[in-house]
Amino acid sequence: MKLHNIVEAIGLKVFNPGVPNYGNIEISGGYASDLLSDVIAGLSKGDIWITIQRHLNIIAVAKLKDAGAILIAKGLEPDKNVIEKATEEGVILLGTNLTTFEAAGKLYNLLKYGEVR
Amino acid sequence: MWEEKFRLVYRVKPMDLASAGSASSQIKVELQRNGIEEDVVRKVGIICFEAEMNMILYSTGGKLKVEVWPDRIEILAEDDGPGIEDLQKAMEPGYSTAPPWAQDYGFGAGMGFPNMKQNSDVFDVETKPGEGTRIHSVVYRSKDNETP
Amino acid sequence: MKIKEIAEKIEGKVITGEDRLDEVVEKGFAADLLSDVLALTEESSCLITGITGPQVIRVAEVLNIPLIIIARGKQPSKALVESARAAGIPVILTNKTVFETCGILYSNGMKPCKIKIFHGVADESSSFVD
Repeated sequence: MKLHNIVEAIGLKVFNPGVPNYGNIEISGGYASDLLSDVIAGLSKGDIWITIQRHLNIIAVAKLKDAGAILIAKGLEPDKNVIEKATEEGVILLGTNLTTFEAAGKLYNLLKYGEVR
Repeated sequence: MWEEKFRLVYRVKPMDLASAGSASSQIKVELQRNGIEEDVVRKVGIICFEAEMNMILYSTGGKLKVEVWPDRIEILAEDDGPGIEDLQKAMEPGYSTAPPWAQDYGFGAGMGFPNMKQNSDVFDVETKPGEGTRIHSVVYRSKDNETP
Repeated sequence: MKIKEIAEKIEGKVITGEDRLDEVVEKGFAADLLSDVLALTEESSCLITGITGPQVIRVAEVLNIPLIIIARGKQPSKALVESARAAGIPVILTNKTVFETCGILYSNGMKPCKIKIFHGVADESSSFVD
């Protein structure tokens, strides 16, 4: 599923829409974790990574694992330098007021059943 | 009427990540056993847990003290150093200086001070880099007692 | 959903609190950081996590969390199992990821719990709003 469809269906905020061709990134799944070592071990290419971590390290990890995007939950917002770094590296940063549980639930339904429910 | 009823004091050891929360869960049990109101116990438990985690990860050790008064609970967390470099930053939700390895133990959400503040009726922090940090928190036991 | 139904849906194994399998848990919360859990404002949410140390059980005790689900195929520490048993808190282990666990439970009707939202990077003027 294309990233822009997901952004619209769940109502996500895009912190760096300036990344070229961002909406057409293909999303294959999701991974929810705040532990960088787990993400490095478990995230698959094209996953949306759901987390409440907002420090600079997340960009490097997302890049390393070819994450489709990072989704920051609970209404938290990254610092400007994190957004800038993400844009530089071509990593899409998304935001939502939903908890990790609800964001994961909606994304799971969307990818599996084609609707948020 | 304003006499202190009892006091709990725990020594918190530095870097003992696996014991995080042991003092706080004991405090919770003690307060419950003494008939303290459920919502108060919950708030005090959260404040103590955060203070305890901070002391374990960042300090060279300290003391967690809980005083039970008829109208309120006073929490005092005092450590021997090294103090907080930038207190204003530390109060920001999501700001953390926890090293990545500590995250594997669940530390480093950067919600410590915000959580303490959120659950306290009175909350203040004194810190001096090179010396130590002193956190003082008050939770009132009922609305009627807010202005003792 | 009853705890035993939750375990079935996520193909999990109940390792403690076997006497509480008929209790109902309606809400869920997923987190790997303890302070994030401590920011929970509602009781009665189960916790879906990837941390395996005994601190998780102490958080559950302080917050009256009725069920802990340890995902990502992780094996809990001995200390966690002992603490959970002593506290009488049910723990389920599952090989599914936290993402899948949330997804399966959400699609089976488990509700998210309410949280306090912090808008943006806080300064003195920012405040919690529901």
